[in-house]
Amino acid sequence: MKEIYLDNNATTKVDEAVFEEMRPYFCELYGNPSSMHFFGGQVQSKVNEARERVAALLGSQPDEIIFTACGTESDNAAIRSALEVFPERHHIITSRVEHPAVLTQCRNLRQKGYRVTEIGVDATGQLDMDELKNSVDDDTAIVSLMWANNETGVIFPVQEAAELVKSKGALFHSDAVQAIGKIPINMAESQIDMLSLSGHKLHAPKGIGALYVRRGTPFRPFMVGGHQEKSRRAGTENAAAIVALGKACELAGQSMNLENTVVKDQRDRLQNALMTAVPHARINGGGAERLPNTTSIAFEFVEGEAILLLLSEFGICASSGSACTSGSLEPSHVLRAMGVPFTCAHGSIRFSLSRFTTDAEIDTVIREMPPIIAKLRQMSPFGREFLKAGV
Amino acid sequence: MWDYTPTVKDHFLNPRNVGDIVDADAVGEVGSLACGDALKLFLKLDENKEKIVDAKFQTFGCASAIASSSALTEMVKGKTLDEALAVSNQDIADFLGGLPEEKMHCSVMGQEALEVAIYKYRGMEMPAHDSEHDHGSAYPDYEGEIVCKCFGITDAFLKKVIETNALTTAEQVTNFTKAGGACGGCIPKIKDLIAQVLGEAEAKPRTRPEKLSNMKKMQLIQEVLERDIRPLLWTDGGDLELIDIDGSIVQVAFRKACAGCASSGNTARMVEAKLRDLVAEDIIVEEVSQ
Repeated sequence: MKEIYLDNNATTKVDEAVFEEMRPYFCELYGNPSSMHFFGGQVQSKVNEARERVAALLGSQPDEIIFTACGTESDNAAIRSALEVFPERHHIITSRVEHPAVLTQCRNLRQKGYRVTEIGVDATGQLDMDELKNSVDDDTAIVSLMWANNETGVIFPVQEAAELVKSKGALFHSDAVQAIGKIPINMAESQIDMLSLSGHKLHAPKGIGALYVRRGTPFRPFMVGGHQEKSRRAGTENAAAIVALGKACELAGQSMNLENTVVKDQRDRLQNALMTAVPHARINGGGAERLPNTTSIAFEFVEGEAILLLLSEFGICASSGSACTSGSLEPSHVLRAMGVPFTCAHGSIRFSLSRFTTDAEIDTVIREMPPIIAKLRQMSPFGREFLKAGV
Repeated sequence: MWDYTPTVKDHFLNPRNVGDIVDADAVGEVGSLACGDALKLFLKLDENKEKIVDAKFQTFGCASAIASSSALTEMVKGKTLDEALAVSNQDIADFLGGLPEEKMHCSVMGQEALEVAIYKYRGMEMPAHDSEHDHGSAYPDYEGEIVCKCFGITDAFLKKVIETNALTTAEQVTNFTKAGGACGGCIPKIKDLIAQVLGEAEAKPRTRPEKLSNMKKMQLIQEVLERDIRPLLWTDGGDLELIDIDGSIVQVAFRKACAGCASSGNTARMVEAKLRDLVAEDIIVEEVSQ
């Protein structure tokens, strides 16, 4: 069965051009970039080129890019660094809807005695800026807020938040893993100190990420034991994956317009068709500015895992913010923070598109999804009551 | 992705007996929208009101909840009410070729709905309860204090599930009942309940055997350590490992919180007393550091 892959916020297909770019760095150009000889040197220059490509996408300088193993490492490194830079400050601010790479770390730090403030969001998923304003103080070491939410696609006003935070002397970090490649980012016109990105969310392979650290921002390494990345991240460079990330960033820059036109139109068409065909559904975060590729729809009276497995019968890959798929039993912390009632949080499905999504694939989902919801509602005691009432 | 058996997939994709029975003799309803799963079970009895001749269900929930409900309706058809009451959640899981442990609560929900239906049919008094039909508070046997506020689960119900499924950790209790799976605030209370159930199990009289072969003795020592002693230590975050048995000398090493604990000498004496009680009078427990 051919997959219809609409789960690009989980991970993406490696672009074939990206794969071709990295291919020689396994069996042919396998030298260590740190070596003195010509053989390592040619890898070094390719790593430098990749750094320039990543920097170009972010509107930053190449020496502001540190390659890491993943977005999670970048997030961990940024927060740990800030706490080491400001040993006298014991306050961390983040939001209730962050990715676990940030949230779990902050909660672990709370156990170690740090004061952690988790800023709330409103019903559309938008950040409570007043709460942020009132929470930053002289004790705040770092504020870490995501650029765009992985579940709903809601975009936070991180530039504005960074300005506010900088005026109090704290560092500002943003987990931009979902935003990069989908919306334009220009670090040259930003006050953000640190920014995380992940390769496998933008058609590079898994196992490569980067951390942007603004020039002049004090930084303490998370990984030590080598001079790589100017001693800011020890460990032999994953050269092939770095080359791949560089190429992926170049392609992302070129397809930014496509993401915000073609992909966005496909997303809108999918979401509008489903909202028309299926009663008692709502778009999570529909009232806020969102990424062009993401839509999260809550269907009442049905449960997410059952929907996903029935979609899977048609080759359709999506994800759910529901209890039962994640191994934990609570509906997604993001939907809970937005106050989405339990009744529809359990039946929320996220579709996340990419530049490889076709119109025919969207047509298939529009055709197959409504009968799936109807079938499950027919089976559900709550769905039957609602059908009987003829609402 | 969950590793569901072909039987689970079949019962999810082609559920048997979905619907309702208008003139049902017994109806059992458990769960709620807020819980994330709910089941309404209908039973039709024969003329003598003994055997179940038809069963139908409606379920809101994940694939394994739907499959468990479908399996349950197939299993109870043709059974007398007493035979049906003997169906355990493990029987439902077995019928499906097994369920992932995190999904055992789905089989528990099936068994619970069945009990509710039969209790109600037999005219056992229903307690006043709110319209949400919370798990465990839906019928008289499991009235009690609400432990898990998120899912509305009572202590009596949890103790029953802990006992019938021989659960020893809070995580297992969450997998079987969902209690503690949301905010986690009741996990300490769940640990207390596990300790209570284990304590009650011990209270039942168990006699020391008269005579033991060496082989039997070694087996029994291991059994007592596994069943009676380690679960007690777990509740305090500790553990022990059996290192060697030489005649009557049992060598153990303490682990986790027990390792290096100042009162591990007392713990060793407790282990010795228990083994003397349940295995043989001459047992000596030695603590070794390995």
